[in-house]
Amino acid sequence: MNAPAMKASLPANTQPVYRFHGGVHPPEMKHLSNAAPIVPAPLPARLVVPLQQSIGNRAKCRVAVGDLVKKGQLLAAADGTVSVAVHAPTSGTVVAIDEQVVAHPSGLAELCVTIETDGFDVWGDRTPLDWRAALANGDGKTIRDYLRDMGVVGLGGAVFPSHLKLGGRDGLETLVINGAECEPFITCDDRLMRERAGEIVAGIAIVAQLLVARQVLVGIEDNKPEAVAAMREALAASDIGNAHVVVVPTLYPSGGAKQLIKLLTNKEVPSGVRSTDLGVQCFNVATVYTIFRALEHAEPVISRIVTLTGNVARAGNVEALIGTPIADLLDFAGNQSDSEGYIYGGPMMGFELPDTQVGLTKAGNCVIARSAAHFPTKAPEMPCIRCGECATACPQELQPMDLYWFSRSKNFGKAQEWNLFDCIECGACAYVCPSSIQLVDYYRFAKSEIWAAESAKKAADLARQRHEFKQFREEREQEEKAARLAARAAPKPEAAAAAVDPDKAAKIKAAMERAAAAKAGAAPANETAAPAVSVDDDKAAKIRAAMEAAAAKKAARAAAEAGGETPATKPAAALDEEKAAKIRAAMEAAKARKAATDGGVTAPAADATEPVAKAAIDPEKAAKIRAAMEAAKAKKEGRALAPSVSDNTPVGEVAGSLANEEVQVDTPSKPALDPEKAAKIRAAMEAAKAKKEGRAPAPAVPTDTPAGAASAALASEVGQVDTQAKPAIDPDKAAKIRAAMEAAKARKAAKEGGEA
Amino acid sequence: MSFLLAVALMAVLAVILGAVLGWAAIKYKVDEDPLVDKIDAILPQTQCGQCGFPGCKPYATAIADGEADINQCPPGGDDGVRKLADLLGVDFKPLNAENGEEKPKSVAVIDENTCIGCTLCIQACPVDAIVGAAKHMHTIIEKECTGCELCLAPCPVDCISMQPVGETVQSWKWRYPVIKLKVTA
Repeated sequence: MNAPAMKASLPANTQPVYRFHGGVHPPEMKHLSNAAPIVPAPLPARLVVPLQQSIGNRAKCRVAVGDLVKKGQLLAAADGTVSVAVHAPTSGTVVAIDEQVVAHPSGLAELCVTIETDGFDVWGDRTPLDWRAALANGDGKTIRDYLRDMGVVGLGGAVFPSHLKLGGRDGLETLVINGAECEPFITCDDRLMRERAGEIVAGIAIVAQLLVARQVLVGIEDNKPEAVAAMREALAASDIGNAHVVVVPTLYPSGGAKQLIKLLTNKEVPSGVRSTDLGVQCFNVATVYTIFRALEHAEPVISRIVTLTGNVARAGNVEALIGTPIADLLDFAGNQSDSEGYIYGGPMMGFELPDTQVGLTKAGNCVIARSAAHFPTKAPEMPCIRCGECATACPQELQPMDLYWFSRSKNFGKAQEWNLFDCIECGACAYVCPSSIQLVDYYRFAKSEIWAAESAKKAADLARQRHEFKQFREEREQEEKAARLAARAAPKPEAAAAAVDPDKAAKIKAAMERAAAAKAGAAPANETAAPAVSVDDDKAAKIRAAMEAAAAKKAARAAAEAGGETPATKPAAALDEEKAAKIRAAMEAAKARKAATDGGVTAPAADATEPVAKAAIDPEKAAKIRAAMEAAKAKKEGRALAPSVSDNTPVGEVAGSLANEEVQVDTPSKPALDPEKAAKIRAAMEAAKAKKEGRAPAPAVPTDTPAGAASAALASEVGQVDTQAKPAIDPDKAAKIRAAMEAAKARKAAKEGGEA
Repeated sequence: MSFLLAVALMAVLAVILGAVLGWAAIKYKVDEDPLVDKIDAILPQTQCGQCGFPGCKPYATAIADGEADINQCPPGGDDGVRKLADLLGVDFKPLNAENGEEKPKSVAVIDENTCIGCTLCIQACPVDAIVGAAKHMHTIIEKECTGCELCLAPCPVDCISMQPVGETVQSWKWRYPVIKLKVTA
């Protein structure tokens, strides 16, 4: 090569260059593709555009299958801050939005939009941004949001959203423009700088203004003298102050952001620190070019320059649409039949393509057809001899052999201590390794294991937090309920209660005693149920409290109503009015809810005008639910899955819902029935509570009993109260309740027998 | 005289040191057993109860108290047992088959057409990952689901199924480098 001659022809640097540690000098192989100018790639028949085109969140799809799209139309919008939009690269029809294999080492599928091109390549509407005005107003956010919506990402290979790097603080010391292009084979930035230096410089001017940069340094390796000359000329013609092209020696990986920053500014970016904190920001030349195109011409990133090289007949650079199948590009470049594989990216940091049908992404700067001529078979991996060559070559000044040992033995903690995450995976260590160990593969393995472990840890922490909150919430709810009940029970005028409703109080007491007796009987029968029983006590106390509170309320109201009247009938009537009002309110709420969910006007209308029809519907619904449950039960029994629990549930649910519905339907027509209805509701609720109680601790039997007994007692009491107050109204209804209760009791007894 | 001085000196020292110790006992008081938290950090927090304890924390407490073995957590797998063994300085033992076996990570999915809105699964979910209301369709927040399977049993219409979480481009991991051996005749 005639590199020395080229260097001699370059004017001397006006800025000093500082060396970084290590580095290697692999064969450049740039002559294969750097001679021919950039040509547009032919329009492919279909484009496969992945929606994940940047670091961060995948863009949210904004088109549907069958949509006609124009060139530059939004396909997917940015989702969150760390995300950028994706646009239609040409006009055509969206034929599929599905998972397809993407250019990723995993070979896994990702969500892609497939567009069948129509060949017209018509632009859609473009909305330019008056960025000069925005810049003059100091409105950087508008420009950054615009760039995000234009899909601008770092085109050097990392595809980091550019708008995140343009958040100007109080001025930048140095803006570094990366034109080093240090990887062998790749020449896309070289050709871009040679042919479009003016637009790159215009982009640099915009970025420099956005970041308020005091100095601009463009770093270009000395193997690209034409690019250096073109850029120098363009910079000289521009009005950017204090901007210099700095020629850096050709040494891989001088194009790494940290390495180039060190080369140009002598600032070493420490571990865990961003270069912005040191007053330096680095942009690739292709990125500033797209920033200019986006702001000046309202062109989203829908194409990029790709180097097609290696084992192809016409190696060179093409400007290809994002989403162009790699196979089409290879055909265009004259792919040879003896290619053994295809490398996406450079030979040092790229990866083998899983499939040549994958669409080009914004990260795809190079496709190399691999053949034995350029990529001879690697020597078999030999044991590490600890020669230390890798440490000499490492540009990040790490200890690659130690990292290798730790990664190989899956000692990830130690690998992290040795700063594994500062490794830029440049491959210099593997390149110099005399034992030809694929060191980077081990580092990548270790890194992804650590990331996976970290995300699992995060998920576990979240689950722990949510579980603890649920426990806290349940506890709080219980406490609140207890407090509420206690508060209601506290101011009870006991004497009044006794005076007003002695028979009721007596009945409650009797019910409680029966319940207690039942519990006492159950406790010795099942000694393992000790915690359940203690829970029971608590529950019984609560029920008692609730009942007493109810009695107190009733008494108070009766006292307020009228002194002289017979206590048996009057309180019931008073109660009725209030209850009816409450139920009516509940009904209205339910109606509103139904209207909201159904969205229909018919349902509430029917509700209001013909309660009978609703009553007719409800049993039908209930029957349906019951059928579904029975089917499920049958299935479950087939699998022998916790039958006791499932047995309990459906009946309670159905009964509860039925009771509620009946109340809703009946009340307006027969308000006089209320106390009985209320009692029914109460009974149903008790039953449900009892069931729930039975489910929470393991043994269902002993816990069921007291509450069940209480509810049964209540039910019988209901019958009596009814007969006292309005004996003529609905004896058959009361009988029905009693029958239902007995059936429930019988069922429970049967179960008890079964379990015993 | 010097004898008294020595006694006095010792007494003063004792008082001062005692005060320091007393202050330190209050200031650096350890409320909870730190070992429980360390064990709990290793457990996967699925809260599935397969270990026989009602959640990960109770199991961690039981391990710390020596009441439970370290190999009762199927979601943690053999890796989890190994980490517990490392932490506690005991020998590794394979997962106890009685507690179940390690399964690939799954999430529960509700068939929303079958769901009757009974809220039983909502009550069963240990991490509140199910949203819904009575008589309204329920659904599972996939991101929050730990795959504990506790919602399967209470469902009266059997509309919940477990679906394994596949590998995506985002969750994909580089494999351990394998050197292919050439077979020579």
